[in-house]
Amino acid sequence: MATTVAPIVTAHIGTPDSHTLRGYLASGGYEALRKAVTTMTREEVQTEVDTANLLGRGGAGFPAGRKWSMLRKADPTYLVVNGDESEPATFKDHMLLEEDPHQIIEGTIITAYAIGAAQAFIYVRGEFALGIERMTQALNEAYGHGAAGNRIFGSDFSLDVVIHPGAGAYICGDETALLESLEGKRGFPRIKPPYFPAVMGLYGAPTIVNNVETMSNIPWIVVNGGAAFAALGEPQATGTRLFAVSGHVKKPGNYEVELAKNTFRDLIYDPRFGAGIRNGAELKAFIPGGASSFWFGPDRLDMALDETKVKGEGGSMMGSGSIIAMDSSTCMVRAAWRLVRFFSRESCGQCTPCREGSSWLDKIMYRIEAGDGRPDDLDLLMDVCDNISPGVQWPSRWPPNMTTICPLGPSIPPPIVSALGMFRDEFLTHIKDGACPYG
Amino acid sequence: MADAPETSTDTVSITVDGKVIAAQPGEMIIAAAERNGVYIPRFCYHPRMRPVGMCRMCLVQVKGPRGFALSPACYVAVAEGQEVVTDSPEVKKAQDGVLEFLLVNHPLDCPVCDKGGECPLQDQTLTFGPGETRFVEEKRHWAKPINLSDLVLLDRERCIQCDRCTRFADEVAGDPLIEFVGRGASIEVNTFPDLPFSSYFSGNTVQICPVGALTATPYRFKARPWDLEQVESTCTSCAVGCRVAVQSSGAKLTRYLGVDADPVNHGWLCDRGRFDFEAVNSDERVTAPLVRKGDELIEASWGEALAAAAKGLADVTKLHGKGSVAVIGGARLPNEDAFAWAKLAKVVLGTDHVDCQLGDGLPAAAVLGLPRATIDDACRAPVVILLGPDLKEELPVLYLRLRAAAVDGKTKIVELTPHSTGLTRYAAASLGYRPGEVALLARALVEGGGGEDADVAGVSAAAIAAARELISAGNAVVVLGRPSLAEYGSSVAEAAGVLARLPGARFLPALRRANVHGALDMGLAPGVLPGRVALADGRDWFGREWGALPAEPGLDTLGILTTAADGRLQALILLGADPANDFPDRQLARRAIAGAGFVVAVDTFLTDSSRHADVVLPAATYAERAGTTTNLEGRVSRLGQKVTPPGVAWPDWMIASELAVRLGGDLGFDSLESIWAEIERLAPSHAGLTTATLSARASRDGVVTPLPAAPTEATADTDDEAAGADATGEAPVNRPALLSFAAPERAGDVPALDSYSLRLVTGHKLYDSATSVRRSPSLAGLVAKGKLRVNPYDLDRLGLTTGGRIRLQAPRATMVLEVVADAGVPRGSASLPFNLPSEPAADLIDGSLAVNDVRIETT
Amino acid sequence: MSRLGPDFLPRAIATIALYPEPRSAMLPILHLVQEQNGFLTEEGMAHVAELLGLSQAEVYGTATFYDMFFTHPVGNYLVSVCTNIACLLNGGYELLEHAEQSLGVKAGGTTPDGQFTVEEVECIGLCGNAPCLTVNWRFFGDVTNEGFDSLVGDLTAGRLAETVPPHGTLCRVRRTVGLEAAAAVESTSVPELESGERS
Repeated sequence: MATTVAPIVTAHIGTPDSHTLRGYLASGGYEALRKAVTTMTREEVQTEVDTANLLGRGGAGFPAGRKWSMLRKADPTYLVVNGDESEPATFKDHMLLEEDPHQIIEGTIITAYAIGAAQAFIYVRGEFALGIERMTQALNEAYGHGAAGNRIFGSDFSLDVVIHPGAGAYICGDETALLESLEGKRGFPRIKPPYFPAVMGLYGAPTIVNNVETMSNIPWIVVNGGAAFAALGEPQATGTRLFAVSGHVKKPGNYEVELAKNTFRDLIYDPRFGAGIRNGAELKAFIPGGASSFWFGPDRLDMALDETKVKGEGGSMMGSGSIIAMDSSTCMVRAAWRLVRFFSRESCGQCTPCREGSSWLDKIMYRIEAGDGRPDDLDLLMDVCDNISPGVQWPSRWPPNMTTICPLGPSIPPPIVSALGMFRDEFLTHIKDGACPYG
Repeated sequence: MADAPETSTDTVSITVDGKVIAAQPGEMIIAAAERNGVYIPRFCYHPRMRPVGMCRMCLVQVKGPRGFALSPACYVAVAEGQEVVTDSPEVKKAQDGVLEFLLVNHPLDCPVCDKGGECPLQDQTLTFGPGETRFVEEKRHWAKPINLSDLVLLDRERCIQCDRCTRFADEVAGDPLIEFVGRGASIEVNTFPDLPFSSYFSGNTVQICPVGALTATPYRFKARPWDLEQVESTCTSCAVGCRVAVQSSGAKLTRYLGVDADPVNHGWLCDRGRFDFEAVNSDERVTAPLVRKGDELIEASWGEALAAAAKGLADVTKLHGKGSVAVIGGARLPNEDAFAWAKLAKVVLGTDHVDCQLGDGLPAAAVLGLPRATIDDACRAPVVILLGPDLKEELPVLYLRLRAAAVDGKTKIVELTPHSTGLTRYAAASLGYRPGEVALLARALVEGGGGEDADVAGVSAAAIAAARELISAGNAVVVLGRPSLAEYGSSVAEAAGVLARLPGARFLPALRRANVHGALDMGLAPGVLPGRVALADGRDWFGREWGALPAEPGLDTLGILTTAADGRLQALILLGADPANDFPDRQLARRAIAGAGFVVAVDTFLTDSSRHADVVLPAATYAERAGTTTNLEGRVSRLGQKVTPPGVAWPDWMIASELAVRLGGDLGFDSLESIWAEIERLAPSHAGLTTATLSARASRDGVVTPLPAAPTEATADTDDEAAGADATGEAPVNRPALLSFAAPERAGDVPALDSYSLRLVTGHKLYDSATSVRRSPSLAGLVAKGKLRVNPYDLDRLGLTTGGRIRLQAPRATMVLEVVADAGVPRGSASLPFNLPSEPAADLIDGSLAVNDVRIETT
Repeated sequence: MSRLGPDFLPRAIATIALYPEPRSAMLPILHLVQEQNGFLTEEGMAHVAELLGLSQAEVYGTATFYDMFFTHPVGNYLVSVCTNIACLLNGGYELLEHAEQSLGVKAGGTTPDGQFTVEEVECIGLCGNAPCLTVNWRFFGDVTNEGFDSLVGDLTAGRLAETVPPHGTLCRVRRTVGLEAAAAVESTSVPELESGERS
C-alpha cells in the first residue's frame, strides 16, 4: 500500500501563481538560499546534501553529494543544470520547469554556492517554449529579488545564471552531449576518458551537471536538513521521487512518491496515482524506466521503487522515472518498433553500431509489423542487438554492455529484446499471417 | 593535431594477446600494438589526428576493474600492466558487427570505384567479412557525387562517417569548410550551401578517406590502383620538401600521395604540390632543342644546339671578357645539377655573375651564414619570430606545421609583417610594420628603448613591448624570408642581422623555390662556392682541383639584369628561370633579356623569357630523373624517377657537361654518383654525406646538412699533424670554414610617405601565373583575380568603398581593379598579390627603389 | 531581411555577452534568426558565423543537427504531432493521419497557402495528455479529431494569437539583466548593502 508523505519537489504545484515570484515567496521560497548563503558555509551545504544521499534524478542515479565532491579543484568551475528532458513518456521536468521555475533556480544557486561555481547554466529543452519563458521570467525576478547576481542576499556570494535553450535533439540529455551543445556544437556525446565532467566539463573546466529535479530537491534539503530527507525511503533510496505515469492508465500524470516504500503497483493502480488500467483492461506489460529500460510483466508489479532492486533483481532500471503501462490491446511489435524508431531518429550518428544498427533494426521491425517479416528475422534481430550491446539477453541483465561511446547504443535493444522475450508469439503471428493481428 | 608521442627512454609494459610488449607512455593501444606487429583494424583512427573513437572498428578487450570490456584501441592509452586481447571470439564478433554495419548502407560499386583495390573497407571485408549480406532493405540513397570544390568530389553513399576529412579540415588545415550535416543515419559530410571546400589542403582529405567517398578530379577514373607503379620522392613545388609517392600509369604521372616524413610533412601535401604534376605531363613541354633562325625558334639536334650555344658564349667571352656572361636561375635543379652548373659557370665560363634567386630572396650569406634551425626546432621553440612571406601561400606545409605547434601551445608566434598572413590568427603577436622599415622594428624589438609612446615603423610602443616580453624567453627560431617583394631584400637582411643578436636565436629560411636552398649550397650565387663557403675563403681549396676561379664576387640578379639592360653584359644563361615573369621588376627583366646579345635558356617550357632566347635546351624535370634536393632546413633527400623525359630532354647536369666540353672544358662527370662524390669531397657543408648514407633506410626522411660531425671551423685536410707539407711538397690546404653572416650596415631611412600615396606590399599567392600552375589544368582555374587590399581607415580617408573599382597608379603602370577593405593591412599600405595573371603587382615595381608607392583614384 | 535586423541584432549581441565563449550562443542566436526569418536562411546563418567568429559550414553543420531548426521555409503554423510511445498508445498516429487529411498535406509538407506545416515528432513531454501536439511549440493536449479541427479554426481566425506566437518565436520574455556577478569582480568597490534585500 502506498505511503503518504508530504511532497518535496511538487509542494508548490497547484498553488496559485506557483511559477511567479509572488507565488513562490508565499510558500517560503528563497528561504533556503538565504539560509545557505548567509548562515552556512559551502561545506555545510555539501554535508547536508551528502547526508541526504540524494541520488541524481536524471537517470543515472549517481549520488549528488559525491558528484560534487569529485569536482576537480581549478578556476573556473561551472554548474550546468540539465533540463533537456526528452526521454519518451517522461514529462516531470517539463512540469517543474513550467510550474515551479523558482524552485529550480533556488536549487541551482544553492548548488553553485556549495561547489563554488563561477557561473550556472540551465539548459532547457528547446521545445519547452513555455518552460523557457517561465524560467526566463523567474530568473529576471530572482535577480530583482537579490537572489541572483551580485552579492546574493547581501552575502559575499555572487553568481550569474543563464537560461540556455536547446533546439531539438534527444541526445543532448546525455551530460557530455549537453555540454557540447552548450558550447554551441553538434550534440555529440564526448568519448571517455575523461570520465566525468567534474574533471573536464564545459570548456574543459571542471563542471557539475545536475538534473532539474535534483536541483528542485536542494532547497528542501537545506531547510529541513539532509537527515530529514534520508529518513524518507530506505538508506539506498532516500527521499521522494517524481514519477511520470502514462500509457493505458486511467489517470496519467506526474506523481511524487516516497522511494523504496512504494511499488510499481502503487503507481499504476493506486487511485491517487495511475488509478489502474482504463476500460477495465488487463495490464499486459509496463516499461519501468523510460524507453531505454527493459520491460516488466505484471509479475514485477510489486517490486519496490528502489533502483538497486530494479537493476539487480529486475535486470532493468528506473532510469528517467517514467512508467508506461500497456494493456492487452497493445501490439507489442508496434510498441517496440516505435521506440526503436525513436532511437534511430535520435542517434547522433557518431558510432557505427548505433547509427547503422538503429536504422537497420527500425527497418526490420517495421517490416515485421507491416507483415513482411521472415522467420529468420527474429534471430537476425537478436544478433544485430548483440552487435550493438554484446551479451544482451532475455531475461535481461543490468547494466548492458556497449560498443558505443554513449548509452544510446545499448538503449536500442531493450524494447526489441523485451518484446521478443515476452511476446515472441506475437512476432511469429505477424510473420505467419503477413499482417499485424491488431490491425 | 596529434603528434607522434615524444620518444622517451621510459617504456610501459602491456600485454597484447598474451605477449608482453613495450609501449611508449601516453600512446594509444592501437599504435603500440601495430608497432609490435599486431594490426588492429580501423577506419577513423589516423595517427596524425586527434582520435575520436567513432567508427568502433578497433574495439578490443581491455581488462578493467570489472574484467575485460570492449574498448576502442584508438582511444585507450597504454598503462603499465594493461592486458589487451585482440583475437578473442568477443572481439571478432564486435569487429565483424561493425564491419557489417558499415556495409549496410555502403554501395557495392567497387568495380567502378576509384578506391577499389586500395580500399580499407574492401580489404577488411575481404579478410574478415561475411560472405553474404543479411541486409535486405533498400540502402540509403544520395545524389551521386557532388562537388565539394573544383578539386574534390564527394559520393555520400560511400561515406562511412569516419570524420577523417572533417577533422583534417578543422584540426590540421584550420579550414573548417566541410562539416557533418544532419544527424544519425542521415548524417552527411557537406559544405555550407554554395560555399566550396576551397582549402589549399583539400587533396589530403581524398588521400585519407578510408573508402571511395572522396575523389580528386585529376585522378578520377584515370587508373586502377593495381595498374599504378610508384616511387618515393620529394615534392618540388616549394622548398618545404614534403615526401611523396609518385605514381604513374603507363608513361604518364597519375597521382602524388603524401608520405609521412616525421620531421617534415607528417604525410600532408598542399594541393599545388599534389596536383601540379599535370604540368609534367603537359603537351606544351619543350621536347627538343631549339635554335633561333631569325624570328623563329627552330628544332635542332642536340649537337647543333649545343654547338650554337657554345659558339655564342665563346664569342661573347672572347669579345667582352669572362665577366660578360651571367647565369640566372637554378633553383629548379636538383643538387647535382646545380653543382655541375656552378662548376660550369665559375670554372669553365669563369663568371661569378651567377644567381639562383630572382630578386625575391635574400643575400646568399644571410641564408647560408646564420645558425640554421629545422622545422621541428621551430615547432618546439619557445617562440617563433616570423619575418617572411605568408607561409600559407608560399610554403603551405610549413604553415601547417607551425599552425599546429601554435594551436597546441607548443610555441608562440611573433609575426613581423606588412600585411596579415595565414598565421596571423594563430600568432601571439602580429606587428604590422610599414614597408621598408622592418629593420627599425627589429632593432626596437631587440634593443628596446625608444620613447614610451613612440611608434616604430608604424607599430605602437605597447605592441612592441608585448612582443619583447614574448621573445624574452630566448632561443627563438626566426623564420626568415621576404615579407614583401616591393621593398628591398637588404632591409630584411639587416633585420635578420639584428635578430641574430637575440640569445640562442636560430634561423629557418623561408625561400619558396623548390631547391633554392640546395642551389645556394651548391654555389649558384655570387660570391660563394659549393658547400656554404665564401668565394674568397674557398678559392684555394677548390682551386686545387678546379683551377682558376673568378677574381671578384659577381653580381646578383638585380645587378645582372641592370647591367644587361644597359648593354654592359652580353650573354645570359637562363637556367629554368623566367625573370620576365618572376623578377619583381618585370620591366627591367624584359629590357635585360632584350639587351643581352645572346641568351641561352635551359627550360621545360617556353616562357615569356625563354621564348626570346637564341638557344633553348630542353630539360628533364622532377619525376623524370633521379637526384637529390635540399629543403629549407638544409635537409637533403632523394628524388625518384618514375617516367622518362619527353622527346629528347636531358637532365640539366648532362647539358652542363656537354656544354662544358664544347667550351673546351671538362666537368669530369659521367653520372649523378660521380657528381655527388665530388660534392661530398669538396663542399664543406656536405662532408661525410655519402651516397651510401643518403641511400640508407634511416635516411628515408632526408639528412640535414651539415652533418653534426662536419667541420665548421677551418681544418686541415689531413689528419697527419706532423706533415708540414704533403707529398707534393706544397703547403697543405685547409678545408675552408663555413660562411658566417655579417650583418649589413644600417641602411638609410626610406623616404617619407606622402599623404596621397600608399606604400605597396606584395607577395605570392599559392595559385598564380607560375608555369606549373598554368600548365596544370586542375589548378589553372583556381587562380583568383587580383584585388587591392587597403586598411578601412585609408579607404574611408580616400573616399572609397569596399568592392569598388579603382585606378591604381604607379610610376611604372596604371591598372584598374577592385579594392577591398582589410584591417590586416596596416594604415598607409596597400597590398596586391605579386603575380596573378591579371593585375599583377609585378608590373608596378621599380627594383631600384627601396619601397614602391602607389596612388589610388576612383574610376 | 535575412541577416539579423535592428530588432534582433542587439538581442544577439547581448546573448553572446552572457557566455564565457561566444560559440555557446549558437543555439539561442539561431533561434533568433528563425524568429526573424521563419527559418534559417543562408544569409542568417552566415551572419551568425560572422558574429561568433566561425566558418559558415560550422554554423550549418551545427544547425542541421537540431530538429527545431529549418533550413527551408515552413508554414506560419508548425503543427508538430507526437507519435511516440505514450501518444501511440493513445491514438497519436490516428491524430497525425487526421491532421494530414484535414489539412491536405503529408507530414513534412506545407499547405499550398503557406499556413500550415505538419510534422511528426518524437515525444514532446505532454504524455499525461496524450495524444498531444504543439503549434509553434505551444502545447495542446488530449487532442481529439474534433479538437484538432477547432484548433485549426481558431488559429486561422487569429483567436489564439496570445497563446501561439509566430513560428520561430521561442521565448517572448526578454532577459532584463546582463552579467552582474562578473561585472562585480571587475569593480572591487561594491557598497555594502544594509539589508539582505535590494530596493
